[in-house]
Amino acid sequence: MMQRTIPIAILCLSGTIMVAAYFLSFAQSWGETVTTWFNILAAVAFVLGAGNLIAVNLEKISSQRPGWGYAAITLGSFAFMLVVGLLKVGAVPDPKHPDVAFAGSYESAASPFGWMYEYVMSPLTATMFAMLAFYVASAAFRAFRAKNIESILLLSTAFVVLLAQTAAGMFLTGWIPEDSAWAFLRLDSIKTGIINHVQTAGMRAIMIGIALGIVAMSLRLILGIDRSYLSKN
Amino acid sequence: MQRLTSRRLRTGLAVASAAILVPCAVAFGDDGAAAAAGGAGAAAAEATAQWFKMDRLPLFVMLVVVGVAIIIAIELARSGRAVKIRRMAALDAVDEAIGRATEMGRPVLFIPGIMDMTEIQTVAGVTILGRVAKTAAEYDAKLEVPTSRSIVMSAARDVVQAAHFEAGRPETYDAGKINYITDEQFGYVAAVTGTMMRERPAACFYMGAFYAESLLFAENGNSIGAIQIAGTAEPSQLPFFVAACDYTLIGEEFFAASAYLSGEKVQLGSIQGQDFGKMIAMALIVVGVGLSTVAAIVPGEIGKFMTGFKDLIGG
Repeated sequence: MMQRTIPIAILCLSGTIMVAAYFLSFAQSWGETVTTWFNILAAVAFVLGAGNLIAVNLEKISSQRPGWGYAAITLGSFAFMLVVGLLKVGAVPDPKHPDVAFAGSYESAASPFGWMYEYVMSPLTATMFAMLAFYVASAAFRAFRAKNIESILLLSTAFVVLLAQTAAGMFLTGWIPEDSAWAFLRLDSIKTGIINHVQTAGMRAIMIGIALGIVAMSLRLILGIDRSYLSKN
Repeated sequence: MQRLTSRRLRTGLAVASAAILVPCAVAFGDDGAAAAAGGAGAAAAEATAQWFKMDRLPLFVMLVVVGVAIIIAIELARSGRAVKIRRMAALDAVDEAIGRATEMGRPVLFIPGIMDMTEIQTVAGVTILGRVAKTAAEYDAKLEVPTSRSIVMSAARDVVQAAHFEAGRPETYDAGKINYITDEQFGYVAAVTGTMMRERPAACFYMGAFYAESLLFAENGNSIGAIQIAGTAEPSQLPFFVAACDYTLIGEEFFAASAYLSGEKVQLGSIQGQDFGKMIAMALIVVGVGLSTVAAIVPGEIGKFMTGFKDLIGG
């Protein structure tokens, strides 16, 4: 019973405080306090996460499951970054306190921790992000198949917007004077019209729905009507 | 139990009323001292703290109106009024997707987004996870939930365990299938897509807050031929999910999902209250457009009045 009552009470209290903090000037600091509490909780929970990471990867290595080599690399990297970061190994000395090793900066690229982040972590992250370009192309290829009226509309709209983004757009319709009565036929004008009116209208409709959905769901949670996110035992 | 909930709701209403009335009284009692600073009597003016953020008043009024509408709809549903909600294809397809995974002997993958439990989309995602886990437990399908936040992992374990109890199969619950990967966005993507390629899940669920990784997940899932069901309230990611997934819960549908899946009248009533808010939004849009048009056509004081009124209602 208490296992469910206490979390609901905490949620109700923090939810009400967060709403009050948004509208009342004097309650703003209360909201910040709630956020700080959550950060402390998240920091403690990180130990749980790190423990799970180690356990899962050790199990993969010991049972030699497919991809166990990746698990070994994960654990090795985790241990290396943890030790180098916590002990500030090779940290750049602080000019004010050069004799105190722990006063040094470990985030600088001159230190092993900063170097690993700058020259290993960042390029790997950028590589994953760059792959998105290929996925966008393959998803667009499927989405823009002219199967029915709706997809033909989607395809033609996307075609106009894409064409207007390129030099070909200016080449095809750039000769129409901007101050003439036919200026609306310029591809850049059509693109602006589609983005500012058609797309914005659709997006705002979705945004209004989302806002109302958030209000309804928050209310269900704060009033304790929806408890499906809690353990039942 | 129902009476207890009702009493709790009434207490909540009282708290909500107090929360609404007190700041309103403060707000309307406030003389806006800052405005007096530039006047002739500036020397006599005394600055006072503004308790209520007046620039947020239209939002506050809208919040109160929608909140009251939702509570009324919940109470009406509780009193026995029939609640009719349209069917959601994405949620009806949950059983089909998990059934397919069971038949193929492949796992089911559930990704609750990349944000923490402070994000309401994650809470909505974890709620849907409960239903997916229950069906997976009933079908004896293997469910994997990689998470990018420790607290989400903990919450997901609770919910999945509860779902296994509810399905009458507590012995099949395996906490080892709900793992923490990393907080790093693309590190998480690498781990999850790697799992997808190696284990080839037959059904993939993406329910929560997603950013650039949405299409990376959805396209990888598509390439392995999985049935994909997504739900998010990130408008920028919706087109990607719509393009790459079989079913997508768009915005408000995603938040309505937990109520829809619960099948409880009280929860379904809140969706009807939400629709009332939508009607108000539509009416305000029509009024705002009308006032803007009149203000543009009629010059002078009337036009200014129309513009001022439009600004007042948040147009």
